[in-house]
Amino acid sequence: MANRSAANLDTTQRGDELESVADASGRPVWRLVWDVFRMNRPALISLGLLTFMIAFCFIGPLFYHTDQVQTNIAQANLPPSRAHLLGTDEVGYDELGRLMAGGQSAMEIGFAAAVIATFLGALWGGAAGYFGGMLDSVLMRIVDALLAIPALFFLLFLASFITPTLPILILVVACISWLVPSRLIRGEALTLRVREYVQAVKCMGGRGGRVVFRHILPNSIGVIVVNATFQVADAILLVASLSFLGLGIPPPEANWGSMLSAGLNYIYAGYWWLIYPPGIAIVLTVTSINFVGDAVRDALEVRLQSR
Amino acid sequence: MISYLVRRAGQAVVVVFLVTVVVFILTHLLPGGPARAILGPKATAQEVNLFIQENGWNRPLAVQYWDYVDKLLHGNLGYSYKYNQTVDALLGQYLPKSMLLVGLSLVLSALISVPLGLFQAVRRNKIDEHVLTGLSFVFYSMPVFWAGFLLIDIFAVRLAWLPPEGPQGASWISVLSDPKALILPVITLTLVTVAAFSRYMRSAVLENLIQDYVRTARAKGAGRQRLLWRHVLRNSLGPTVTLIGLSLPWTLSGALVVEEVFNYPGLGLLYWNAAVTRDYSILVSLALVTGVATVVGSLLADVLYAMLDPRVRYT
Repeated sequence: MANRSAANLDTTQRGDELESVADASGRPVWRLVWDVFRMNRPALISLGLLTFMIAFCFIGPLFYHTDQVQTNIAQANLPPSRAHLLGTDEVGYDELGRLMAGGQSAMEIGFAAAVIATFLGALWGGAAGYFGGMLDSVLMRIVDALLAIPALFFLLFLASFITPTLPILILVVACISWLVPSRLIRGEALTLRVREYVQAVKCMGGRGGRVVFRHILPNSIGVIVVNATFQVADAILLVASLSFLGLGIPPPEANWGSMLSAGLNYIYAGYWWLIYPPGIAIVLTVTSINFVGDAVRDALEVRLQSR
Repeated sequence: MISYLVRRAGQAVVVVFLVTVVVFILTHLLPGGPARAILGPKATAQEVNLFIQENGWNRPLAVQYWDYVDKLLHGNLGYSYKYNQTVDALLGQYLPKSMLLVGLSLVLSALISVPLGLFQAVRRNKIDEHVLTGLSFVFYSMPVFWAGFLLIDIFAVRLAWLPPEGPQGASWISVLSDPKALILPVITLTLVTVAAFSRYMRSAVLENLIQDYVRTARAKGAGRQRLLWRHVLRNSLGPTVTLIGLSLPWTLSGALVVEEVFNYPGLGLLYWNAAVTRDYSILVSLALVTGVATVVGSLLADVLYAMLDPRVRYT
């Protein structure tokens, strides 16, 4: 996961139609995409930042050992010092260590929810777009109805009687976020199903399932991957808001959102180390994911490229 | 135009129907059913049974659903046992205040993000575009509550220009009578929505700039300004308006957080309180109301789109 763009491009390469496509100079298509992506300096910087944040959260704890289970009230709200590089929080946890642990859960939720949501959305949208007609109308109206209820309202409702744990939160967020990808992928499927190669597969006796899985979805991989990156970003923000509303994962489990909202209680006390680090961590991660996603989309959008 | 409107409105009716189904299912998802949820864990089984019978919750689901829809059509949203008021009365009190907050922010966001997106698209890959896009990404990526608290920290705590709390008042008129307190909540919500809307506008303009009609207009001698404001702007507004309509639920989620940050007595705060105190009749009816509001919002956006762009009516 160290290199998101590389991961994206690998999946691009896997699209069976795309693999063999090459430009006049004989370079494979993912090289072209990478070449355009590389020109986008903010996206490159974001990719670096994102790699750094992931390394910070997942490799950092191997070097910076802290106790994130036992509380220590005697050490509460200490300003940054040599022993605690970013100070301690209201129950005496080391803030820097907690930032790493909180980032792990934030990113795990983000990535896992995005993967599940994208998968669900691809199935639903792909089926709706390819089969069309009555099935399409029914499936899409269900999506419309679910989309109409704001995500946070949905989550608050569920959280009022479910105590969230990491896996439950992942599932709940995924259950809410598959709607947008399903719409996008339906749109793609609608345009792809009239292409010659899809007609050809049908002529050769390919069934619906084969067409959707082997041809339509691999050819929408650009849309799917770009949207998945935005899903990660949105899921991280959604969980942060949920934590602020008091319905996130309960302690000792750490999360950037709950750290930030706990720190905001001390805004008048001036404990800046509880407010800025988690906030900046969220903004940095989410911004860089969005930048990378945007750049990949631009790179895949051949028509918009400067010629 | 008429047939398009009828078709689109029919679709909206179907979606509203499905929203009621979703909300109805949500009520029955509650652990122990709605009776246990209202009476609480201390009620005896006998009391729960009696309550179930009184409310007819032992009848077949289809009958209950029909009963529910019938009540809705008569404007009966339910009864909050925690507030000891009908949900209708509560809505009448809280809804206008949220509409004021969301409405003001949406108007402001549209006014800012349309020219902003146009500018960003025209200056694509220039340094000022990078700065603006970077800024809007940062605001977009900021948890709403953090943005709100930072504004409070700057304008209320350090500079002491504005009150840290939203206007407190029973009616929307009393809210309006304290415009100074309204500024920070509206700005917070506007900041995050502008970031999203200007992105829509930017990509719509980028799409349009490469169209043939732009080249034609240029060939016919249209100046840069005329091209942008007469041709590209009008063609880019359509998709942007649709997207703004579609992002209404997202804006409402933002409004919920903003109301909680500024203790602004609107629908979001009511909903949050209901979630904490497990006041399910409010949760269920507000989910329904926001759902219906969204459907109506996106219907309006599509009608507006059809008015802006005649081509849509014939697809």
